Amino acid sequence: MLEEFRAFVQGVKQTGRLMVGVPDYDNYVRHRQTTHPDLPVMTYEEFFIERQNSRYGIGDGKFIRCC
Amino acid sequence: MSTPLSKLGTAALAVFGAIAFGVVALNRGETVNAIWLVIAAVCTYLIAYRIYGIFIAKYVISVDGNRQTPAVRYNDGLDYVPTNKYVLFGHHFAAIAGAGPLVGPVLAAQMGYLPGTLWILLGVVFAGAVQDFLVLMISTRRDGRSLGDIIRSEMGGPAGAVALVGVLLIMIIIVAILALVVVKALAGSPWGTFTVISTLPTAIIMGIYCRFIRPGHVGEMSVIGFVLLMAGLYFGQVISQSPDLAPLFTYDGKTLAIAIMIYGFVASVLPVWFLLAPRDYLTTFLKIGTIVALAIGIVFVMPDLKMPTITKFVDGTGPVFSGSWFPFLFITIACGAVSGFHALISSGTTPKMLESETQGTFIGYGGMLMESFVAIMAMIAASVIDPGVYFAMNSPAGLIGGDAVNAASVISSWGFVVTPDMLTQVAADVGEKTILSRAGGAPTLAVGMAHIFSGFLGGKALMGFWYHFAILFEALFILTTVDAGTRVARFMIQDMVGVVVPSFKATKSWTNNIIGSALSVAAWGYFLYAGVTDPLGGINTLWPLFGISNQMLAGIALIMCTVVLFKMKRGKVAWVPMFPAAWLLICTMDAGLQKVFSSDVKIGFFSHGAKFQAALEQNQILAPAKTLDQMSQIVMNDRVDGVMAAAFVLVVICMLVAGVIAVIKARGNPNVSTHEIGAQPGTVANA
Repeated sequence: MLEEFRAFVQGVKQTGRLMVGVPDYDNYVRHRQTTHPDLPVMTYEEFFIERQNSRYGIGDGKFIRCC
Repeated sequence: MSTPLSKLGTAALAVFGAIAFGVVALNRGETVNAIWLVIAAVCTYLIAYRIYGIFIAKYVISVDGNRQTPAVRYNDGLDYVPTNKYVLFGHHFAAIAGAGPLVGPVLAAQMGYLPGTLWILLGVVFAGAVQDFLVLMISTRRDGRSLGDIIRSEMGGPAGAVALVGVLLIMIIIVAILALVVVKALAGSPWGTFTVISTLPTAIIMGIYCRFIRPGHVGEMSVIGFVLLMAGLYFGQVISQSPDLAPLFTYDGKTLAIAIMIYGFVASVLPVWFLLAPRDYLTTFLKIGTIVALAIGIVFVMPDLKMPTITKFVDGTGPVFSGSWFPFLFITIACGAVSGFHALISSGTTPKMLESETQGTFIGYGGMLMESFVAIMAMIAASVIDPGVYFAMNSPAGLIGGDAVNAASVISSWGFVVTPDMLTQVAADVGEKTILSRAGGAPTLAVGMAHIFSGFLGGKALMGFWYHFAILFEALFILTTVDAGTRVARFMIQDMVGVVVPSFKATKSWTNNIIGSALSVAAWGYFLYAGVTDPLGGINTLWPLFGISNQMLAGIALIMCTVVLFKMKRGKVAWVPMFPAAWLLICTMDAGLQKVFSSDVKIGFFSHGAKFQAALEQNQILAPAKTLDQMSQIVMNDRVDGVMAAAFVLVVICMLVAGVIAVIKARGNPNVSTHEIGAQPGTVANA
């Protein structure tokens, strides 16, 4: 029960972050460690700034959201 | 899906939904409770999802759980991330839900709540959700490429170029009309104006906090932002009641329009973390919160619908927008039924995060159903207020005059009995001097929301707070769109001019950005200013242009889906996108051609211009112009609007021709002629 509740809260947090263009950081770290263990991993701060620039650096075919 | 139990469930939903529809549509003379509208809508969505959504998934696009999605193929933890379907649903919904579905239904309520509701429901099931879902799947199978890219590769370069011009025109019109909605809501309202201005320092504080003080702590920053917003709302009231301070924040439409243009220019050249990003965080959370609260409010308060089922204005004589129900109802409600803009979102970030193709139905089709529900709630909010008050708020000043006594007598003569006292009382309740001629949707919605929210929180004492909260919510949202839209239009202008002057393409150059932003602001600013000074109140003139452009884009996206299905050798099911595409083309062409050629000066831009031109030549001044300069301004505006409508019609015709040619070619080719990535089920494609 408690486990399920925790998972739910985690899901809400993730959804909230992704709504503003920040994907799951832990997932990013896991991904880098398993696929590119030799390469450096961004800290959360670097990761956030990279995502912020990417989301709002409006370019071809990039619309952050509808009218 | 086809177990006896689920069939029974669908049948039960159908019966329940049919009863709700019966109550909503057949009731005459008695007031209907809004809850019936909610039940009818929700049953429609569930049935449509279980039958039509699944049909499209299985037989039209054939989703395949074994086929690799771009998220899996290019997984980088950043742009391409296989994402839990509920989390992705939230992301997708937040991206497609905008101010559009809240405004269109409010305007359409002048015909009664039934015509608009029927179009919202039928439109979403057969057009809107189909478009979003198919575009999402088509983009997913092409590495998450953008709509423009897909059109270029499936229908040829010229078609792609025409579509891009169409998108640029839409951006310009959208920003202009949404900015106009804000101007209409804030003109002469010190409370609203102060509250909205206070969001600027709020956003800057949030931006600095989230970038430098505690980078990435979105939650903390949002709490700070929310507290500051509420403070702005509170002090807005204090200021509006102070005889010394209130005049400092009381502006007319023209001044506000110029202020928004300056804001749009400055905001779009500043770094994104400074204003755009924090504002976007705040609006996103505020929007989701408000939508949820509105849903809870409607279910909890169960308000009665006071608007009649159908009003006499279906014949096209209504004050809010001109033109009869066909085609103008289908143009007025765009987002919520079908919105071409979603095709840009469905081919944006969402396809790069789809974990498996089997989740496409839930996210693409289901996401749009949810958006449609927002439109239904807007329709309810507009229908729970007294019809007389509704018409007072939405009719142009040219028709009802500037004071409550005159307005009440004009509106009562239309058959919607209202007294001057009622109009001044509503204004006093929400803390405004006047509510007359506040067209544009936001204020009406705000009164409706205040009506619903005050039903369970705070009662009448908090009406003013809820009203300005709703205004703040819409304005915040729209100002973010103004900033982002200016950037998008700037990018597209740079891209197009860059073909001739390559150095203009460098988006990192400050000079380029300043010139690009200036051009972009000039383009939408022109329409905004014309709207503010428009005798018919602007919304009346410009909203149809927005509707035509948005539906036109949906038509283009659905033509592309049709072409792709023929290229996949699935011509037998191509009617699924072809039927709504044909409907949208008929509506946009008819509306567009009427706007260009109609001899009725209320509808046709050129005939309206010609009337004023003729008067001008004889040195006559026609109301509401007061000087000869204003007369020539009106003539000029009419011509520009007419050319714009003609341009939209031309874009539609070009895309239709390109679509037909592509379909004929595909039919002549015995083989599958489209290129999908990862087509062999179960095999792992190379990255």
